[in-house]
Amino acid sequence: MTETLLDVKDVVVEYPLKGFRREPFKALKGVSLDIRPGETVGLVGESGSGKTTLGRAVLGLAPVTGGSIKYRGEEISKASRAKRKELSHEIQVVFQDPYTSLNPSMTIEQILTEPLTVRKVERQTANKRVADLLDQVRLPQGAAHRLPREFSGGQRQRVAIARALALDPKLIVCDEPVSALDLSTQARVMELFIEIQERTGVAYLFVSHDLAVVRHLSHRVAVMYHGEIVEWGDGEQVTGAPEHPYTQRLFMAAPIPDPDRQAKHRADRIRLLELQNQQDLQAGAA
Amino acid sequence: MIETPLALPVTAAKVSLFRRLLTHPTGAASLLVLFLVALASALAPILATHDPNTANLQDVLAKAGSEHVLGADSAGRDVFSRLLFAGQFSLAGALVALAVALVLGVTAGLIAGYYGGWFDAVSSWLTGLMMALPGMVVLLAARAVVGPSMWLSMMIFGVMLSPAFFRLVYASVTAVRNELYVDAARVSGLSDFRIIGRHILTVVRAPVIIQSAMVLGIAIAIQAGLEFLGLGDLNIPTWGSMLNDGFINIFKSPTLVLWPALIIGLVCIALTLLANAMRDELERSRGPVKKSRKAAATAAIADAAGAAEKRGAAAVVHPDEPGADKSELLLEVTDLGVGYDQPDGSTTHVVNHVNLTVRRGEVHGLVGESGSGKTQTAFSILRLLPQGGRITGGSIFFEGKDLAHLSEKDMTKVRGKRIAYIPQEPMSNLDGAFTIGSQLMEPMRVCLGISKTEARKRALALLAKVGIPNPERTFNAYPHQISGGMAQRVLIAGAVSCEPDLLIADEPTTALDVTVQAEVLNLLRELQDELNMGVILVTHNFGVVADLCDRVSVMQSGRVVETGPVRAIFNGARHPYTRQLLDAILEDTAPRGQYNPAGTTAEPQELKGVAS
Repeated sequence: MTETLLDVKDVVVEYPLKGFRREPFKALKGVSLDIRPGETVGLVGESGSGKTTLGRAVLGLAPVTGGSIKYRGEEISKASRAKRKELSHEIQVVFQDPYTSLNPSMTIEQILTEPLTVRKVERQTANKRVADLLDQVRLPQGAAHRLPREFSGGQRQRVAIARALALDPKLIVCDEPVSALDLSTQARVMELFIEIQERTGVAYLFVSHDLAVVRHLSHRVAVMYHGEIVEWGDGEQVTGAPEHPYTQRLFMAAPIPDPDRQAKHRADRIRLLELQNQQDLQAGAA
Repeated sequence: MIETPLALPVTAAKVSLFRRLLTHPTGAASLLVLFLVALASALAPILATHDPNTANLQDVLAKAGSEHVLGADSAGRDVFSRLLFAGQFSLAGALVALAVALVLGVTAGLIAGYYGGWFDAVSSWLTGLMMALPGMVVLLAARAVVGPSMWLSMMIFGVMLSPAFFRLVYASVTAVRNELYVDAARVSGLSDFRIIGRHILTVVRAPVIIQSAMVLGIAIAIQAGLEFLGLGDLNIPTWGSMLNDGFINIFKSPTLVLWPALIIGLVCIALTLLANAMRDELERSRGPVKKSRKAAATAAIADAAGAAEKRGAAAVVHPDEPGADKSELLLEVTDLGVGYDQPDGSTTHVVNHVNLTVRRGEVHGLVGESGSGKTQTAFSILRLLPQGGRITGGSIFFEGKDLAHLSEKDMTKVRGKRIAYIPQEPMSNLDGAFTIGSQLMEPMRVCLGISKTEARKRALALLAKVGIPNPERTFNAYPHQISGGMAQRVLIAGAVSCEPDLLIADEPTTALDVTVQAEVLNLLRELQDELNMGVILVTHNFGVVADLCDRVSVMQSGRVVETGPVRAIFNGARHPYTRQLLDAILEDTAPRGQYNPAGTTAEPQELKGVAS
């Protein structure tokens, strides 16, 4: 049995709402999952399901009001700033939007060395590290002295991945990292994610609304709905033969890129919805 | 395959603001004026012909001449020398006010904007209070308490001016605070101090510099005003006190008032113009870049065009399936070109030689990646190209009329009635100030010429038709009260309200969740069947294409590279780009498989030096 890298148990995240004595908004209502070293855990859900919030909670960017998040057995949900700084070595992030996740006024080199300089890495070592990182994400060395706006979305996302790799983390939270990219760019960036994982053994918490992306990348998959995980298990199982009604609906909703199969898929979806409606009615009557 | 970065020249962004101001006519002129005034004031002890405070009774109100270059004032003091020395005090006083305003406003703005919380509440409240207080009255009251000290009153005025900086910095910081790169910096373990210094100050720097020039001008004017009222410190010469003296003696010696007024006016105008020039330059900093990016795009398109010509240019056209529906041709686009006029007079072509046909009752999918020109093509059919864009060639025949050459007035008759549009972002296409109902009724009343009650009835029927569970409630709701999926249904209802012949849908489901997308697709199919519309569906999602389209055109770099019936494209794509796109589809790829811890044994730390 391998050790667990990240253990999330019954996590609750609440955002206070404006107004006196109003019930806070519960973004997460007791969510549990775990990630092993070198594993990709996919987190699927629609907007507002809380999948991004869970990623932010792991990063310490969302207020955890209940439950625990343990990294290698150590509680991190209430970590201090100093502890967070230490953790930045272990847990990193790649955000969705490659256009706003890089500071437009800093060169690629400045962006990549920033996490290093915080740790007082010598300039020379840092420069060497930048060259190495650009190599790792397959960007040419000349990229170092350019500004983010000179790059396409896919290239920017490579820079963001390089920044996440700068400190050799053991876990990267990927928040919809390929959703803003074109189809062919998306495929190449996903291959890069897999390749980096196979080489470095980093684990991913991969948040996405795209079932195909999650299926392609994840060893295990969790499906979120209204702040809860409704289905959680082996990737092939969850994406191939979902059991929860919501997961079934979700998977039937994605159109298949083939006109004839999609026509059948569409009919199946309508049948499924009718069946579930009937079941709901019966459950209500019983 | 590796994408190589565009070979762009290093942009003008790195050239300093000062250098750029020198090339700006008004900027350079105002800098020169300010520099000369500052220099003259600084060199006052050398340049001055007299001591500024020595009164000479013989020279009272002396005319300009060899003894006094600009004459003498009511106490016989030399005006020229006083003007020089007054410059020292006036400028220094204004700088004191600016410094106080900067320190207070910027610091408070940064803290309140970044951390929020109680400090935000308190400082915003104080700012509001200070802005409500009339500055002059406070200064007068302060003088009564602290006495006639120019420095103190300028400091107080600095406090009064600080809200200008506070609000500016606060707005910039709250906008930046939630940027993802600030989050990324926090995850990287940067301290707040460093994040503010590195990521946030750089954003507020430009507006603060501009605001500083404005504030300096205001401070000089207010200070002159105070002194003019005779409330200043009589022991030091200032432009304002000279103005006061000149005004008292305006009938005896009219020129006395002229010189200080001139210099105050000159400095204030120079500061304001400088602020404007800096705004021009700082805000234009993205100009050249944009241009070069567009130039790169032109080059890319030119390259693509060249390459296409080499390859034989023409798009791959698949023949219609036998027995296919041959209904009336609704829209025929021939050889369409769309270009954007550049500031340097050239035109960037984003769509080249596009041919497109839509039959009645047919859904034509326009597929391609970002920048392929698919949206530009759709917009040009509606003649709604963004600023600077125009149709550069070809024709768009719709119901026997060439839309490409129709007058704007005739086009208005076609748009909305005959050709309708569904946008990508439903929320940004509804006006938050009006209810859904009024936004639905307005176009119907204009284009169908029906009464308000009739329009209301039809709007409610339409809302019911697009599957909105409680039409009455949605009718009375404002856009922010409904979800994105509902908003898209509302827009679809609006688009079909005048029963158009052609519907142009620009990525109608991209912004929606997948379950909502499935429902919206179903709705579109039903409406299209019922109204027998032609539809142009712009999308990058092949699943959507497979679900809805009868015919597909694949676009790349402003050209159609392959076109044909949907099955022919999916099953027998011949153009390499189409195949590349189809290969990138993930639906059929194998799942990742089982987690295999053996394959991921702990590897040695790559960067020992980084370990803390």
